[in-house]
Amino acid sequence: MPATKLDLNIKTMSYLKKVIYNCKQATFLIEKKSIGKITFRESFELRVHLLGCSFCRIYKKQSRIINQMVQELFRSSMHQDYKLDENFKNELQGRIEDELNKN
Amino acid sequence: MQHQLNPHQWVAAHADYLYGFAITRINDDELARDLVQDTFLAALQKTAGFQGKSSERTWLTAILKNKIIDVYRKKSSGLQNITEKEVEDEQNDFFNADDGHWTKSSGPKEFGIEDSDKLVSKEFEQIMKRCLQKLPALWMSVFTMKHIDEEPTETICTELKVSQANFWVIIHRAKVNLRACLQRNWI
Repeated sequence: MPATKLDLNIKTMSYLKKVIYNCKQATFLIEKKSIGKITFRESFELRVHLLGCSFCRIYKKQSRIINQMVQELFRSSMHQDYKLDENFKNELQGRIEDELNKN
Repeated sequence: MQHQLNPHQWVAAHADYLYGFAITRINDDELARDLVQDTFLAALQKTAGFQGKSSERTWLTAILKNKIIDVYRKKSSGLQNITEKEVEDEQNDFFNADDGHWTKSSGPKEFGIEDSDKLVSKEFEQIMKRCLQKLPALWMSVFTMKHIDEEPTETICTELKVSQANFWVIIHRAKVNLRACLQRNWI
């Protein structure tokens, strides 16, 4: 049926058009994929989108780098020497001793 | 090996560590001190439940983690409505409402650090820190729990009382905003 075929083609075209233009959805899928699972269909849509969208290709690279950087920032700040002052510590240990003596 | 608890040595052995753990996650000195104190006092009540399977420090850190999640929860329920609305409006500036394409001004541009393995400059790190601090509390909490503490998604959703669907929306928005902030301040 030519009419149905044409109809189908129009549907496919408009579906693909949506996929190709929708950077909001594509970046959403990039994030979801980086820490979770996306469906087969989502993965197909993302691939089609990335083929045609240089913005989202940059986004994808940057997103990964941002994750690494945030992790490194936290790690290096954990390794910094945070020190509580001695007064605070003495009082704190004092409170702990008080509690221990109650029992 | 069975681990033992020795509360007489707690402050000397673990206080600085716990303080560092707290302050990197909540960025508030006074609150971090309070949390360290609360952690020790809560731990004293729980000593009977300590089974010696984990080290003393791991056990104390787990108690502190729960206290930090309480803080996240309080912060996000109080601030969530205002700040999330604001940043949601911002989100409309990123993507066209009709087709979801990047708006003219917001399309990602290269930072010049994408392909190299060399260390990122101190200046970029500073910008990153400032941009992180601008994220709404709830987003920051989700982001921290996922990327730093590597908690499973289900745990984060339960602890912070967000649905799975919202979890992904939050992660996405946090990243889009963070990235845009870097672009505004770096390029």
